[in-house]
Amino acid sequence: MHASTTSRHQPVRQSPGVRKPRNFRWRVVDIVVASVIGVASGVIFWAWGLAWSPLSAILAFTPGLEGLLAGGWLFAGVLGGLIIRKPGAALYTEVIAAVVSMLIGTQWGFSTLIWGIVEGLGAEIVLALFFYANWRLGVALLAGAGAGVAVGLLDTTFTSYSALDFAYKAVYFVSAVVSGTVLAGLLSWLAVRGLARTGALSRFAAGREGSRAPSAARS
Amino acid sequence: MPAPTSFTPGREPHRRAVQIRAHDWGWRHAGRHNPAVSGLGLQIEPGERVLLLGASGAGKSTLLHALAGVLGDAEDGDATGSLLIDGRRAAEARGRVGLVLQDPDSQVVLARVGDDVAFGCENLAVPRAEIWPRVRRALAEVGLDLPLDHPTSSLSGGQKQRLALAGVLAMQPGLLLLDEPTANLDPEGVIDVRDAVVRSLDLSGATCVIIEHRVEVWQDVVDRVIVLDPAGGVLADGATRDILASQGERLAQAGVWVPALPPRFPTRHPVPQPQTLLRAEGLMVGRVPFGRRTASVVADNITLDVRAGTASVVTGPNGAGKSTLALTLAGLLAPAGGMLRASDAFSAGIRPEPHRWRSTQLLTRIGTVFQDPEHQFLAATVRDDLLIGPRALGLSVVQQTSRVDELMLRLRLDHLADANPFTLSGGEKRRMSVATVLATRPRLLVLDEPTFGQDSRTWQELVTLLAELLDEGTAIVAVTHDAQFVSALADEEYRLGTPDPIRLGSGAL
Amino acid sequence: MSLLTPTIRPSVVARLNPVAKLAVALTVSCALLLSIDWVSAGVALLLEAVLLVWSGLSARQFWLRTAPVWIAAPMASITTVLYGEDSGALLWQFGFISVTEGSAQLGLAIGLRVLAIGLPGIVLLATTDPTDLADGLAQVLRLPARFVLGGLAGLRLVGMFIEDWHCLTLARRARGVGDGGGVRGAARRFFGPAFSLLVISVRRGSKLATAMEARGFGSDEPRTWARLSQVRAADAVLVGVGCAISGIAIAVAVWAGTWSFVLA
Repeated sequence: MHASTTSRHQPVRQSPGVRKPRNFRWRVVDIVVASVIGVASGVIFWAWGLAWSPLSAILAFTPGLEGLLAGGWLFAGVLGGLIIRKPGAALYTEVIAAVVSMLIGTQWGFSTLIWGIVEGLGAEIVLALFFYANWRLGVALLAGAGAGVAVGLLDTTFTSYSALDFAYKAVYFVSAVVSGTVLAGLLSWLAVRGLARTGALSRFAAGREGSRAPSAARS
Repeated sequence: MPAPTSFTPGREPHRRAVQIRAHDWGWRHAGRHNPAVSGLGLQIEPGERVLLLGASGAGKSTLLHALAGVLGDAEDGDATGSLLIDGRRAAEARGRVGLVLQDPDSQVVLARVGDDVAFGCENLAVPRAEIWPRVRRALAEVGLDLPLDHPTSSLSGGQKQRLALAGVLAMQPGLLLLDEPTANLDPEGVIDVRDAVVRSLDLSGATCVIIEHRVEVWQDVVDRVIVLDPAGGVLADGATRDILASQGERLAQAGVWVPALPPRFPTRHPVPQPQTLLRAEGLMVGRVPFGRRTASVVADNITLDVRAGTASVVTGPNGAGKSTLALTLAGLLAPAGGMLRASDAFSAGIRPEPHRWRSTQLLTRIGTVFQDPEHQFLAATVRDDLLIGPRALGLSVVQQTSRVDELMLRLRLDHLADANPFTLSGGEKRRMSVATVLATRPRLLVLDEPTFGQDSRTWQELVTLLAELLDEGTAIVAVTHDAQFVSALADEEYRLGTPDPIRLGSGAL
Repeated sequence: MSLLTPTIRPSVVARLNPVAKLAVALTVSCALLLSIDWVSAGVALLLEAVLLVWSGLSARQFWLRTAPVWIAAPMASITTVLYGEDSGALLWQFGFISVTEGSAQLGLAIGLRVLAIGLPGIVLLATTDPTDLADGLAQVLRLPARFVLGGLAGLRLVGMFIEDWHCLTLARRARGVGDGGGVRGAARRFFGPAFSLLVISVRRGSKLATAMEARGFGSDEPRTWARLSQVRAADAVLVGVGCAISGIAIAVAVWAGTWSFVLA
């Protein structure tokens, strides 16, 4: 996936000083694509939830390490936020994903929705801190970490993990944050870059950012 | 604000037809360098039926989207000039305009037929008491005789397009816009949609603008043809017969299916004494539904031979199991019963059942081209994608690159070597999916609807290429609705969907 | 029966307003999440079991749909028994693992709680049609219609995913990468189709958005509803039942002395 130097198609650069006014209102395409990403992620969440039981049993030799799996439920928010780039995108996408995985049927039942809201907020708050203007890798990683913090706190307080000793709770929290950063932050950022190259994001700012890969676009 | 002129009475005079005025109109998509449309000036009177033609990139779709008011705002691009519908801008005339797009699956909004048709009415704040009568009328107009809670996911392509049309007609628009509505449909679906449109236009008298490259189907529906120029503006504008006569050559070169200029069939040089590659006897094919273990059989009692250098074509109505048969012959699905065996020469030392072969063993024997080329894209550039097959075969790097370069030249993909496959046009995607399959030089090629939705140029190239491959000794099995394809290439035809699959003799010239 | 669109038999539960069902599931879950003890979870489970008879799901559908819960409950239980906070008499020890009376009780509580929260959630939602749920959310709860319907449209697109995934895996087999390659190969066989599916679905979503806009969707002007979503007496009864179950479960646990507030 490296850029070629023979670019047939020059990216359009905004001339300095000419800034299109930022529009924070959601268009229909924003809503539908966020929903599609949310629903797709929801199906993956459900599958991840099924795989979680055996996987966590394997990791259970050191209790708390199951936190490493937590990132599998966090990427929807970061992915939605990076693509849509509007306030509430991370929260909305994560909530939709949680609702869908709940609709299909998970062991955590309705609490999935509550977890989804808090996890979405975790990413949303980070993106808001950067005024929804910075979308680079660092911010993506931080947003993933934010979601990881959220789920770490939730799980160690309300679920069966709250019944563990403090040391294990700490292990869980840290591994959740790491998992969020890598699985949710890094993977989402890479996915958005890949998506932009396929031209699927042509209606979004994420897809128009002077992508250097030449496309077959005609006039 | 000027009052709308011209009142064209259809049988339902309250559906006033719309008038279109464009003056030096242009649009540039955000992020692109060149405008999609520029300097466009035209006038369309209420009740006129117009066919919009032009080479790809001429901006036909952009114009239709602009008329429907769905191009977007400043975030999505810049507009120049004016485009007025009944004297108002397009974005303010929503509800007066209905747009039907090309992809049947991407236009279904809700899960039940009645709800989907009612969607437009709900958005226009039509009172509930009036919505359901409109829904029933619209469904009757398009000829969809289904209960209102029928699931939309179980509709065929043609039915989905008619459903989209019904959803639009329920809004009672004065302008009907159709963007290649029949491109992805089988011949029966095409006629159904065309008849539904004609019926509705006769009833409402609405203005209509159609983009289609299948001119023969629509030439009697429209009174006027407008040809757009890729360099900007209008190339030609006039009555149907006149434009097709004067612009026929140019249009055919641009890929339009001009009735007076049919595509040429290639001459074939048949292989003498073709050897059998695959033999099926009493074959039953079916798919295993999600969550179950036994296959549900769709076609039964199939007996056929696939021979080198011959083209076998599988035809039949929708749902008869053609695709399933093709995938089974290609070794991708396990047969549900009966026997499917490769000859010794074909299997060359491994077990004779194709579905038991490993992927790499399939590569040099059977190549499959799927109906949707996007399902086969594996890499981020065209060249990398083409290299995957030869690399899996274990060829040396030098051999890999030389094969791929030769293929790209033969299929005119060399200028696209570094482009992302998803950004290619429809015809280019189809050529690329064929190229990826040819990279490993299989002896049998299985194609699922290869000419689906293709313009006449791509069709011509594909048929010529397949004829060359046949002369070189490759066997071809093709699933198709396309009668012209059958006439051009088929040596044998198997028609599914009848009690006994008919094996018809040579159909080729 | 598709994963997302259940086959719903006409039954009392199916006719209830989805918002009411949502409220009940939420109430019960919240109440039970506040404490880990086997009494509250057990009482709630018992009361729910009585009501599940009227759920309207066939036996086969019920067991199929709730399977994840039945698998997860024992596993969560066992994990807690082995690694949970220790208290009371030591029963068995091995390395990190220590089973005590306290951890055994916690394990039982966790297992029952998973069942008590999971089962009604699945059953209630498995009998809900997504379109009706969207109607309820927009008309009863007055959530913005653009988001609710946009979400519903996105949900519908996923119905095609399984078909697409199947096609993508077949295509990979045809291209020579369908098997082998060890762990890297297996990872590619998951992430490759997953990415393609993401591209295809974002594309389809964009096209669907255009189609919806062309039908007048997305403006701020008021819209009407073809299907009416009403809250009836039966829905109030359901919510009452939900509150009652939560209340009784908590009350019994407090009376039995096993209630241990999580946030304390």
